[in-house]
Amino acid sequence: MQQLTVQQKLEILADAAKYDASCASSGAKRANNGKGVGHTDGTGICHSYTPDGRCVSLLKILLTNFCTYDCVFCVNRVSSDIQRARFTPEEVVNLTLDFYKRNYIEGLFLSSGIIQSPDYTMEQLIQVAKLLRTVHHFGGYIHLKTIPGADERLVAQAGKWADRLSANIELPTQQDLVQLAPEKKSTIIEGTMGQILAHSDEAKEASIRSHLPRHMLPKFAPAGQSTQMVVGATATTDREIIQRAGALYGNYKLRRIYYTGFSPYPEADARLPLKAAPLMREHRLYQADWLMRYYGFAPDEITSEANPELSLEEDPKTSWAKAHPEFFPVDVNVAPRESLLRVPGIGYRNVERILNIRRYHRLSIEDLRKLNVRVKHVAAWITAADHLPTSPLVSASPLPSPTAQLDLFAAASALSGAL
Amino acid sequence: MHTVHVPPDFNAWRELARTALHDGFRPDEITFCDSTEPRSLSLLPEAASPGGPPHVKPHVSTAFLEAANFAATHRDPQRWNLLYRLLWRLQENRNLLRIEVDDDVAALLRLRSQVARDLHKMHAFVRFRKLEIDGDEHFIAWYEPAHRIVRLAAPFFAERFSVMHWTILTPDESVSWDPHTKQLTFGPGADRTQAPEQDELETLWKCYYASIFNPARINPSAMRSEMPMRYWQNLPEVEILPQLMRGAEQRVATMVRRQQSKPTAAPYVPELHTLTVLREALPSCKGCELYEHATQVVPGVGAAHAKLMLVGEQPGDKEDLEGAPFVGPAGSLLRGVMEELGIAPESVYMTNAVKHFKFVQRGKLRLHQNPRLQEINACRPWLAAELDAVKPQVILCLGASAAKSLLGSTFALMKDRGSVQESAFGKQIIATLHPSAVLRARDDASREQMRGLLKRDLQFASELASGKHR
Ligand code: SF4
Repeated sequence: MQQLTVQQKLEILADAAKYDASCASSGAKRANNGKGVGHTDGTGICHSYTPDGRCVSLLKILLTNFCTYDCVFCVNRVSSDIQRARFTPEEVVNLTLDFYKRNYIEGLFLSSGIIQSPDYTMEQLIQVAKLLRTVHHFGGYIHLKTIPGADERLVAQAGKWADRLSANIELPTQQDLVQLAPEKKSTIIEGTMGQILAHSDEAKEASIRSHLPRHMLPKFAPAGQSTQMVVGATATTDREIIQRAGALYGNYKLRRIYYTGFSPYPEADARLPLKAAPLMREHRLYQADWLMRYYGFAPDEITSEANPELSLEEDPKTSWAKAHPEFFPVDVNVAPRESLLRVPGIGYRNVERILNIRRYHRLSIEDLRKLNVRVKHVAAWITAADHLPTSPLVSASPLPSPTAQLDLFAAASALSGAL
Repeated sequence: MHTVHVPPDFNAWRELARTALHDGFRPDEITFCDSTEPRSLSLLPEAASPGGPPHVKPHVSTAFLEAANFAATHRDPQRWNLLYRLLWRLQENRNLLRIEVDDDVAALLRLRSQVARDLHKMHAFVRFRKLEIDGDEHFIAWYEPAHRIVRLAAPFFAERFSVMHWTILTPDESVSWDPHTKQLTFGPGADRTQAPEQDELETLWKCYYASIFNPARINPSAMRSEMPMRYWQNLPEVEILPQLMRGAEQRVATMVRRQQSKPTAAPYVPELHTLTVLREALPSCKGCELYEHATQVVPGVGAAHAKLMLVGEQPGDKEDLEGAPFVGPAGSLLRGVMEELGIAPESVYMTNAVKHFKFVQRGKLRLHQNPRLQEINACRPWLAAELDAVKPQVILCLGASAAKSLLGSTFALMKDRGSVQESAFGKQIIATLHPSAVLRARDDASREQMRGLLKRDLQFASELASGKHR
């Protein structure tokens, strides 16, 4: 077989990585070490945006798209007829450094098909990160995908070099996995998550007791761990997905869960849908996720047994508010933070602002407008210095049923839209 | 009205503002004119004396200094007056900055956040291009920020690229970093032509950019809102955007069409499922591309109502030439095993999952190639029709291709070999090794072992078919 050039490999191995939604490079602070390029300042920077609206922050590639597994939803599964390629660790190191020096990227997101064995594959990934950190003193961001089932010793090593580790849960339920990813088991994936958590707790504890200067403290994946689940490839409901997410956040202190709507790809298995899951569904799941992480909602509050799907027309906070008229109106000048957070149309940044301002000044509707609150949207839910809600609160009528799948090219933004 | 001219520099304004406060100028008695703005010929008389109380020791909070430092780099010519008004009012109300809905405070915060955004975009969208100067690498970027933020932005680049020699050129000001002295040097503004025109890595970067997005999710409005067009001219990857966007819809459509129009033998399979009818119809099949190259189609053979059906992968070289299944080397191995077990070939029905030979021509040789999943799926209607005609009790799949055809593409042969499976195609399906795998074994010992497995599974299947094991 003819040798592929680095460019050809990049084409194949970036293409294969595009189904992984994680792109964030935030959450870690790493000062420049004076010996190599790179620092991370904690916020993360999107260096470019692609036509699908997602940001380019990292060099996101697979080490190889050869894979011995046969997960139906995955383009790299052993039975799919795609072109295969494999980078050497040095090639990945050079690409990362060269791109970084031009300020194209914040760092590297490295994942891989599973070759030979989970341990072997994991060792290869670690090798790349280790070369970057020890030989090139690279201070940029590194996110490694851990291979479920890899030896705990390897997980420990990976966390030493990486800013973030992730173990993809892949599909929301064990049943989905049985159906579509027969070689993967939730217990093994969660086992890896548990190991990551244990090691990072250990490192934190060690650093509390240690008297070493800050930069010498042992670090373990300081940006924490994340995971991804593919949604819309099976019939699993939003309610199940949200509850699963809630449990994962609780059990493994994940920083983030990425939801990626299933989208068709070349050589997809005939059992999969031909259409992408609506972008709006993915967007609503992210909104629901925020409600859990920032707004104090419990997973089972966001949907109900009777309506297990999120509405595609209306954000989940508004749906909740309509179902709980007894909770409103909320007085913006006296209500506690937790109540303000439940008002549809007021985001958590604005809740902080309101709490700050009202110590010195009673807020009117005009004031809210100045804070860029969409007054028309919130007026029915709040009381302000010059305002009482007039229209009877939206009745507790049943929520609109989730609509059918949207058109594949519907211009729904997955990135904008206020909660 | 007292007029003061301010160079675009926060510290210069600070000095002037301190003097004005000290003198007691009320905000409405003084105008700060940005010296970069064209001067208006104001006919208003200069007010010589201030009307307010002098502030000898003015109060300035760090929050104000921090916000004002950002706002000062904004190009809004009114910013100096706004800052002075706030400074004046802060003397009376020290909590003023907390009231974000106050018009002046809101205006300050707006300026600050616009500058912060501009700064963030500069951190993101500066693109260095490498030059070799006397054997040394020098990274140079051309960038046009919306505001005068070079000095605010420089420390970020100094830390991140501390071991590189770099320069950022902007219309107002330029800045360079020397990795040896660890010093930033600021210089005059520049123009685009002073920066290199390209970089050796840009092709690779564009290739990455083209590969990393998902054409099935195209969403240009989300892209534009995060990456406004005014930044595009500095980004090499954006050059290929139009072509990517035009291509995306096309790519998805082709993808979906290919999946919908997957090759299939279904239209060629007659409605009546008897072995004779199927045999007659088979040669007309154009269900997939394989018929184009093979010599002839190879139908199944054996008892019309056999209790046991053996399904192989596909005809080989010899089968293709003779038009009968299991007549090549793998076939004779299989027949040998059957003989040892006392299974008469006429008592079973033998066929293949794919009915045409697939090969690559190497000189005079025709090298066998494994069928792709697509071809296995395409040919399945024939196999299903044969199953329907014969109605065997037990199906024995020889090798992964046959197993995948009847048990799904995720069936793991080595894991579930030898056990009874069920699928829509039959209640008792067993999968075992393909005899050609036995032939390919790497040494005699493993060949013996594999032959043993095949024999054991065949025996089990045959006993199951004849009603033992009940
Ligand atoms: S391999 Fe099967 S589907 Fe393809 S042409 Fe031959 S008989 Fe038809």
